[in-house]
Amino acid sequence: MSVSANTTGTKVVKTTVLLIGALLLFAPFLFQDTRALEVAARICIFIVLVASYDLLIGYTGIVSFAHIMFFGFGAYGGAIALKQMGPGWDAVVVGALAGVAVSLVVAVAIGLLSLRVKAIFFAMITLAAASVALVLASQLSNFTGGEDGITYRAPSIFKTATKLMVDDDGKVMRIFGVKMNGKLAAYYFVFITSFVLFFAMVRLVGSPLGTVLKAIRENEARAEAIGYRVVSYRTFVFCIAALVASLSGTIYAIWLKYTGPDTVLSFSIMIDILLMVVIGGMGTMWGAVIGAVLMVIAQYYLRDLMGVAAEATANLPLLPHLLDPDRWLFWLGIIFILLVYFFPKGIAGTIMAKGEKS
Amino acid sequence: METITKIVTRFGGVSLLPVAVALLAFVLIGAPSSWVTLTIAGLAMGMMIFLMASGLSLVFGLMDVMNFGHSAFISFGAFIAASVLAGLSGWLGSDLIILNIAALFLAFAAAILFGMAAGWFFEAVIIKPVYKDHLRQILITMGALIVAEQMILALWGGAPMTVHRPQFLEGSFLIGDITIEVYRAFAFMLGLAVYVALYLTLNRTRIGLLIRAGVENREMVEALGFRIDRLFVGVFMLGSALAAMGGAIWAGYETLITPALGGEMMIVVFIVVIIGGLGSIEGTLLGAIMVGLMANYVGYLAPKLALTSNMILMMVILLWRPNGLKPAVK
Repeated sequence: MSVSANTTGTKVVKTTVLLIGALLLFAPFLFQDTRALEVAARICIFIVLVASYDLLIGYTGIVSFAHIMFFGFGAYGGAIALKQMGPGWDAVVVGALAGVAVSLVVAVAIGLLSLRVKAIFFAMITLAAASVALVLASQLSNFTGGEDGITYRAPSIFKTATKLMVDDDGKVMRIFGVKMNGKLAAYYFVFITSFVLFFAMVRLVGSPLGTVLKAIRENEARAEAIGYRVVSYRTFVFCIAALVASLSGTIYAIWLKYTGPDTVLSFSIMIDILLMVVIGGMGTMWGAVIGAVLMVIAQYYLRDLMGVAAEATANLPLLPHLLDPDRWLFWLGIIFILLVYFFPKGIAGTIMAKGEKS
Repeated sequence: METITKIVTRFGGVSLLPVAVALLAFVLIGAPSSWVTLTIAGLAMGMMIFLMASGLSLVFGLMDVMNFGHSAFISFGAFIAASVLAGLSGWLGSDLIILNIAALFLAFAAAILFGMAAGWFFEAVIIKPVYKDHLRQILITMGALIVAEQMILALWGGAPMTVHRPQFLEGSFLIGDITIEVYRAFAFMLGLAVYVALYLTLNRTRIGLLIRAGVENREMVEALGFRIDRLFVGVFMLGSALAAMGGAIWAGYETLITPALGGEMMIVVFIVVIIGGLGSIEGTLLGAIMVGLMANYVGYLAPKLALTSNMILMMVILLWRPNGLKPAVK
């Protein structure tokens, strides 16, 4: 299922991704309201998270439900460090490193313990592990803040009140009407770190290692027979994915200035990631970008649309309940099932396969 | 050492594990009366979990299909039974025990019928197109789980729902200074009855023989001219019905159910199936009893550890036996 580099479809997908990248780069200037900036930052972070999940599910064929756990480790690492040590870059570094360390230890343990067994076993074990992490986070309340989570301050450069540039009157300078304040710095911090992580992953799957991973996905026995240690490779990629997820968790924690079980550990986020990767297209990396963009936008704006639809059908039985804005996952679930049936390669994969024959 | 191993094997091998756990707990707890109460609670819980998990395990063993949406049947069973009981609350309140039993029977029947119908639908529409493709199976059944959970939220709303128990299952009886809740005893007996029925069906009937043969070697059975896919639909429906029934009993046990119930039980069910070893009813029962006992003992001895006890149990058992205690699938 290798997709040759120069199909028209590939060009379309890459152009789209490039366009999304450009939109994200200039997001603060293009969409000047706080909600849009929130959406853009969330998209950046989820692109990284989903791409790292794609390393597992798309490139290596590992189905893990513990990905959100590593994201949570990173987020809680950053949150606890920022809370205990006060806002500062040292806290960010310590938190990120602590999150990564915990993630790696847990990933190695899970990987060595259970990557030998069947994919289904692994999926079930990771699901159990993730649920334990969620329970622990809400139980160890003097450490993690329990259900309420932790609120803290980010490094001072990211404060909305911080002036990055001042004009002649000593006020915050505006460029194209955008205030040069800490919020902007925070967004670009998110954007740049996400971009670096994503780019690193794109390089990784293009390397010889990426080829080995695909070989394992396609035919495990043959890869083993050629001489690759399948368990080592799987454990390695599981650790890499955990590491990236953990780092993106820390970035999210810095952006949000709040960390709680619902925002970084809940199972619904895991489902979001799964939906994003499948909708976007497994095993393409670009699919992660498309899936994350579509899903996050749907999360923020589809609900408004559904609210209107629910009101319009208010007189019919059951339908308004299903069209309720809170039921948006219902429709996404149906779309998801249909996609897995008819377009298992997802949006990016399907488009990229276009024009392959010519 | 070897003689000890032989003796242990002769008396049941790994099946003795729950007994060992119970004995250890007896020493640690000290007070016999609370030990008995906890053990009975654990056994009852184990039996309910067994009902929910057995279908999943059988389906996997027979057709190599893992249904991540299994917990949807549990939630639906719980909510349907609760709704029927709520609708028949007049019968429940009456003094006539016949009406009580009738209401309970109707509630369970509704849950089981739904489980069978939904199981058939699930098998035919959701799972059939993705046989032998584990990745897509996991994804599709997960998608179905999302849809099912959303439907529960749309139909019953997100608020917790009180479950009305029949009058004769309320309260508890005393033997010496040991209190036994009636409902626990009831759940235990029901689970035991289902286990015995399943065991007899699998080991004493022709259908059971075919199922076991199918678990062992599917192609061979098909080559002999049996339509194993039809058999599989039956097993799937049975498994779903059992899950719905387990959910219904669980609803009565908890008396307050929320839509999150399915998700919570799914983790436990998975742990049980992994511990027991996929594909075998005995293994599932063993795993379920272990989890039930551990949950109650640990909850009493070290409440802080209670939430992670299942996970630790699973880790330990997987380290010892990577395929579970009594796997039927090689």
